[in-house]
Amino acid sequence: MLVIKDLQASIEDKQILKGINLTVKPGEVHAIMGPNGSGKSTLSAVLTGNPAYTVTGGSVEFYGKDLLALSPEDRAHEGLFLSFQYPVEIPGVSMVNFMRTALNEKRKYFGQEPLSAADFLKLMREKRSIVQLDNKLASRAVNEGFSGGEKKRNEIFQMAMLEPKLSILDETDSGLDIDALRIVASGVNTLKSKDNATIVITHYQRLLDYIKPDFVHVLYKGRIVMSAGPELALELEEKGYDWIKEQVDSQQ
Amino acid sequence: MKENEKPEKGNQIIEEAAQAEYKYGFVTDIETEVIPKGLDEDVVRRISALKGEPEWLLEFRLKAYRHWLTLKAPTWGHVHVPEIDFQDISYYAAPRKKTAGEKKEIDPELKKTFDKLGIPLEEQLRLSGMAVDAVMDSVSVKTTYRERLAELGVIFCSMSEAVKDYPDLVRKYLGKVVPYTDNFYAALNSAVFSDGSFVYIPKGVRCPMELSTYFRINAAQTGQFERTLIVADDDAYVSYLEGCTAPMRDENQLHAAIVEIIVEDRAEVKYSTVQNWYPGDKDGKGGIYNLVTKRGLCRGDHSKLSWTQVETGSAITWKYPSCVLKGDHSVGEFYSVALTNNWQEADTGTKMIHLGKNSTSTIVSKGISAGHSQNSYRGMVKIAPKATGCRNFTQCDSLLLSDTSGAHTFPVIEVGNDTSVVEHEATTSKINEDQIFYCNQRGIATEDAVGLIVNGYAKEVMAKLPMEFAVEAQKLLSISLEGSVG
Repeated sequence: MLVIKDLQASIEDKQILKGINLTVKPGEVHAIMGPNGSGKSTLSAVLTGNPAYTVTGGSVEFYGKDLLALSPEDRAHEGLFLSFQYPVEIPGVSMVNFMRTALNEKRKYFGQEPLSAADFLKLMREKRSIVQLDNKLASRAVNEGFSGGEKKRNEIFQMAMLEPKLSILDETDSGLDIDALRIVASGVNTLKSKDNATIVITHYQRLLDYIKPDFVHVLYKGRIVMSAGPELALELEEKGYDWIKEQVDSQQ
Repeated sequence: MKENEKPEKGNQIIEEAAQAEYKYGFVTDIETEVIPKGLDEDVVRRISALKGEPEWLLEFRLKAYRHWLTLKAPTWGHVHVPEIDFQDISYYAAPRKKTAGEKKEIDPELKKTFDKLGIPLEEQLRLSGMAVDAVMDSVSVKTTYRERLAELGVIFCSMSEAVKDYPDLVRKYLGKVVPYTDNFYAALNSAVFSDGSFVYIPKGVRCPMELSTYFRINAAQTGQFERTLIVADDDAYVSYLEGCTAPMRDENQLHAAIVEIIVEDRAEVKYSTVQNWYPGDKDGKGGIYNLVTKRGLCRGDHSKLSWTQVETGSAITWKYPSCVLKGDHSVGEFYSVALTNNWQEADTGTKMIHLGKNSTSTIVSKGISAGHSQNSYRGMVKIAPKATGCRNFTQCDSLLLSDTSGAHTFPVIEVGNDTSVVEHEATTSKINEDQIFYCNQRGIATEDAVGLIVNGYAKEVMAKLPMEFAVEAQKLLSISLEGSVG
C-alpha cells in the first residue's frame, strides 16, 4: 500500500530525511526505532503533509497514488492517520462536533451522504469502548484538560472512528503509565486487520511487547540503517543504539 | 434528541460557509417614499408630521435637533469615521403603502424580502415560536403575534404605533436612559428617529416567546435611525432578539440607533443581537457605519439585564451596550463576539456603572481580527463610593488571524470603595498552526478548521444566544472569515 523511495525532506533549510526507503503491505506492523533526532517524527509529519516540512526529493506512493501531491486532508481521506505525539487542544470545539465534521468530510470525499445524528452517536459509543474512553471525555472540547493518557486514548479513539488503512503511531507510548499503555495497545490490536497496516514509531521495546511488529527498522541520521524482524527490538533494548551509531559512523 | 442535532447543524454551517459571500446583499425593488436629502428643522417637523405625532414628541425632536447642532462628532474611538455630510442623507424612507384599504396586507415584494432573510412574518408560522417586528428602512412593516401577546398584557409593536396607542407609557420612558444630550449620534437619532420597536412587559409576566426585531436598510442614500424601547415591569421577564442586514452598495450608509431598556424590581431582560450589516467589499469600499447607543437601566432591586452580541458586519462599528446598575443586588452582563475582516473597524465594549449596593456585573468579550481589520474592546467598570459590596468580572480575549490586523483593549476601572471586588483578565492569541494541521490530518480543510476553531473560541458567548440565533451566528462567523486564511 505504501512505497517510499529515497524520500528527502528538510525544515527551515535543515536536511532531516536523507533518503528513506520503505515498503508497507496490508496486514503488516512496522516499528521504526532510533535515537532522538534521527528523523522519526519528521517522517510521520512528511507523510501526513505537515506544511512545516519541505520535501526535497524522492517519492511516496499510497495505493498507487502520488501521496505527496495530495493535500493533508485528502491524504487523511485516502486512509492515512497519524496518532500525534503531542495531540493539540482545541478549546471550545467538542469532540462530538470535531469527529462528526471529520467523518462527514471523509464521506463527502467519497460522495456519501453525511451520517445521521443517531447513527453517528451510536458509532461513537461503539468506538469509545475500544479504548475505554469515558462518555464525559467525548463530550468535552478536543483534548482540553485531558491527561496525557487520556489524550493518547483519544487519538486511538479517533483512529477507530476514521478506520484508516495506514496508521502511524508517533511515540504513542510516551507519557503513558502501564495501564494506559495496555489499553492503548489493546485498542490498536483490536483495530488491526489483514487489510490495514500500522507504523509504530517508538524509542522503547516496551510498547512492542503489546503491539507485535513484523518488521523493525532503525532510523539514524535521516536514513533507515538497519531492518530486521521483531528480535531486533529486543536486541536494541538490551544493547542501546550506540553500536549501530558506531557502525554507521565508521562507514561514513 | 436536541443534543444530537447540534453537530449536524455544525456541519451544515461549515458547508454553507464554504460557498457564501455576503448573501443578504440583494436590493428589493419596491416603491419607496423618500423625503429629499438634507436636515434642518423643517425636515424634523416633516418627519413628525408624516408620522402624525403629538406635540410633545415634536418638541422632544426639536430640542434634540437644536442640541445636536451644538455638538461635534466624537473622535475618541479607535475607528476612522470619515467626515459625514449630514446634508447628503435622506432621513426618512418608507416602503409606499398601496391604499388605505389594503393596509393590513403586506406588500408581496416586501414579504419576499423578509422570506429571503428567513423571517417568519406570517402568523401561521407560529410554531417557530418567535414574535417579529420587521423594520424596513425607516418604517416598521409588520408586527406578528401582536394579538396573542396582548392577551397577556404584553405590548410589542412599532414605536410609531406605540406613540399613538400608548402615548403615556412612551412619554414616561422615552429618553430616560439615553437622553438626547448623551452624545452626538444619540442627539441626531432623537431628532430624526423614524421607527423601531416598543416592548412593555407588565408586572409579573414572563413573556412566553422570544421577541424579535429585524432591521433592514433597503433604499440607497438613506440613513436608518431606529429607536427601541423595552420596559420590563416588576417581576417580568423577556428575551429580545435583534438582527440586521443591508444590501451591498458602494457608498457608505449610516445607521445610528438607540436602544433603551428599563428593568424594574426583580425583572429580567435578555437582549441578543446578531449584527450583520453589510461590511463593505474586500477593498473596504462601501458598508454600513453602525454608530449606536445602547443602554439599560437596572432600576429595580434584584433586576437583571444581559446583553449578548455577535458582531460580524458593518464597515465601522461603534457601540457599547451598557448597564446602569442602580438597584441593589442588580446584575449586569455583557457577552460579546466581535469579528472583523478585510478593512472593517470595530470599537465595541460596554460600561457597567454600579450605583446599587451588592450589584454584580460580568463582561466576556471575544474579539477576532482578520485581514487588515482593527478590532478594539473599550470597557468601563465604575463602582460608585456608596455602592458597597459590588463585584465585577471581566474577561477580554483577542484572537488574531492575520499579521496585518490589530487587536486593542481600552479598559477603564474606577472603584469608589474598598468592599467591592473587580477582576480583569485579558489574553491575546493567534490560531496555532498545530491546531490547523491537527484538523487537516483528520480530514478537515484549513478554511473549515479555522471556522471550527473560531466558533470554539467564541463558544462561551454563543452559548448565551437563543438556539435559533446561535445557529445563525455560527454560520456568520464562518462566512465572515471567508478568504481570511492564506
